[in-house]
Amino acid sequence: MEALFSIVIGVLVACGVFLILRARTFPVILGLTLLSYGVNVFLFASGRLLVDSAPLVLPEITVHPDPLPQALVLTAIVIGFGMTAYTIVLALKANGELGSDHVDGEAGG
Amino acid sequence: MNHWIIAPLLLPLVAGALLLVLEWSGIATKRALGLTSTAALVPVALGLMGIAAAGEPQVYYLGNWPAPFGIVLVVDRLSALMLVLTSVLACASLLYALGGDDTKGADFHALFQFQLLGINGAFLTGDMFNLFVFFEILLIASYCLIAHGGGAARTRAAMHFVVLNLVGSAVFLIALGVVYGTLGTLNMADLAMKVTEMDSDSIGLFKVAGLLLLVVFGLKAALLPLGFWLPAAYRSATASVACLFAIMTKVGVYAILRVHLLIFIDPSEDGLSLERWLLPLALATIILGTIGVVAASELRATVSYLVVVSVGTLLAAVGLSSQDGLAAALYYLVHSTLVTGSLFLLADLIGRQRGPMQARLDRSQSVYQPALLGTLFFVAAVAVSGLPPLSGFVAKLSILQAAQASTAVASIWGIMLISGLFIVVALSRAGTAIFWRTEDTQGEPRSVRGIEALSTGGLLAGTLLLMVFGAQALDYTQATAEQLRHRSGYVAAVLANESLRTRASTKE
Repeated sequence: MEALFSIVIGVLVACGVFLILRARTFPVILGLTLLSYGVNVFLFASGRLLVDSAPLVLPEITVHPDPLPQALVLTAIVIGFGMTAYTIVLALKANGELGSDHVDGEAGG
Repeated sequence: MNHWIIAPLLLPLVAGALLLVLEWSGIATKRALGLTSTAALVPVALGLMGIAAAGEPQVYYLGNWPAPFGIVLVVDRLSALMLVLTSVLACASLLYALGGDDTKGADFHALFQFQLLGINGAFLTGDMFNLFVFFEILLIASYCLIAHGGGAARTRAAMHFVVLNLVGSAVFLIALGVVYGTLGTLNMADLAMKVTEMDSDSIGLFKVAGLLLLVVFGLKAALLPLGFWLPAAYRSATASVACLFAIMTKVGVYAILRVHLLIFIDPSEDGLSLERWLLPLALATIILGTIGVVAASELRATVSYLVVVSVGTLLAAVGLSSQDGLAAALYYLVHSTLVTGSLFLLADLIGRQRGPMQARLDRSQSVYQPALLGTLFFVAAVAVSGLPPLSGFVAKLSILQAAQASTAVASIWGIMLISGLFIVVALSRAGTAIFWRTEDTQGEPRSVRGIEALSTGGLLAGTLLLMVFGAQALDYTQATAEQLRHRSGYVAAVLANESLRTRASTKE
């Protein structure tokens, strides 16, 4: 499972970085979203990966996963969601005001 | 437990929320509420400074949960100093905004309060994850404020600023994940304690996290390879916003001071050496900033590059990683924040009175009030370039003195002194172009309003006070530096829960 997990994080981050380096705002925002997915999954792993365990304290289960990274990921997801919404609005505004969806406001130069 | 510690967070939070609810009310109500909240922060911050100056760091346990399990706020000398500086700068910036900047876009006052909430929170928190959360709060407010007023240049600068900082936030989270994965805690005091007994397998990973954090904080502080966003963003921002943002780069510097000095420098081990990583980058930042100052063709661009130079100088002094270097750096931090803040306001005042040329450094109509603006510009230029007798001189002198103990003394002295010379030349040229090389016609007859002169002059008066009370200020920063280097005091203050536990058990 560790291998699958790390491959997923790697692919997400690689795709995210590739898209962030694009010149148009829409791929950049998609890239930021993918990057934040990768980061959130990574944060989740910082509490160690466990299978066949329960998130609740039950008498028959002795090994519990660490709840703190889950709380951190939740916070990070909420913040990332808000930021993405703002970036989309800003990109739309930039497209309207600058007449181009290039990240520099104009192609070339 | 002193409940005033949380006041610098509650005041702007409540005021900001009220301002959102009072959307329908007139601008006068919003201004009164915003100004009341911001002005109230000054005595609160000064009171906390008085408490912190007594010695031990004061800790506030939210919900009375004992550290390291609950969230803590910590006020030590450094936090208190930053809080006072923020509140003073915010007052000046808001007063200036009342002159008309606040009506150029929606929700200025609410955003301003949330910005203060984020900044104060970043200075107070004793927990790495809350540092991230407060960074995000101050960032999302700054994303809106930087685009405040609208216009193509602002939107373009805001887009770059937002994307860069979102990537920075992702890196921050990765670093936090690594820190939690290796040590199992994010409470700063707990980290500082556990780092000493870390097993040797994870030291490498932990150092990676330290360097990633240096990248994140370097991005906020505009350290060289990460600082190219700053001039475009600051020069296009509305003047009062740019003035407040003078503290934003210092938030990055504060985070480096707090996190790296507390956690990643282990004097007994081969911890991350700030001298090796920070000093060369900081010196390169000074060089780049100086080139920018000389090359700038517009006063606001000049001031933006002066901010870059100030960050470089500040981090070079921090990079000395000696107590004297830290003390000098903190004095310089206060000085440079006040001066660059006032310069942003001044550049706006000058630009307004020069007709179509705005603040461009070229032949133009003369300003309407040359005596007032000329005097303010002269004082600010002397202060920012580090000429005697103002606080810039005291600050630079103490940094140069502290550098004598370093092995890199030649390059530090050389770069700082030559940079100072170029800044003097560039500012003389700017002053000449604005006040002397003028056409016969006069610019727009828009007098400086009383509050605008008060805020700009007030910040400059702050640097004068910093000069007059230089000895006391340096004593305070020296004590702060000593406190920063004695990590055990911080750890002991935060993790001293025994009294809490006993009190909880007696209640039962």
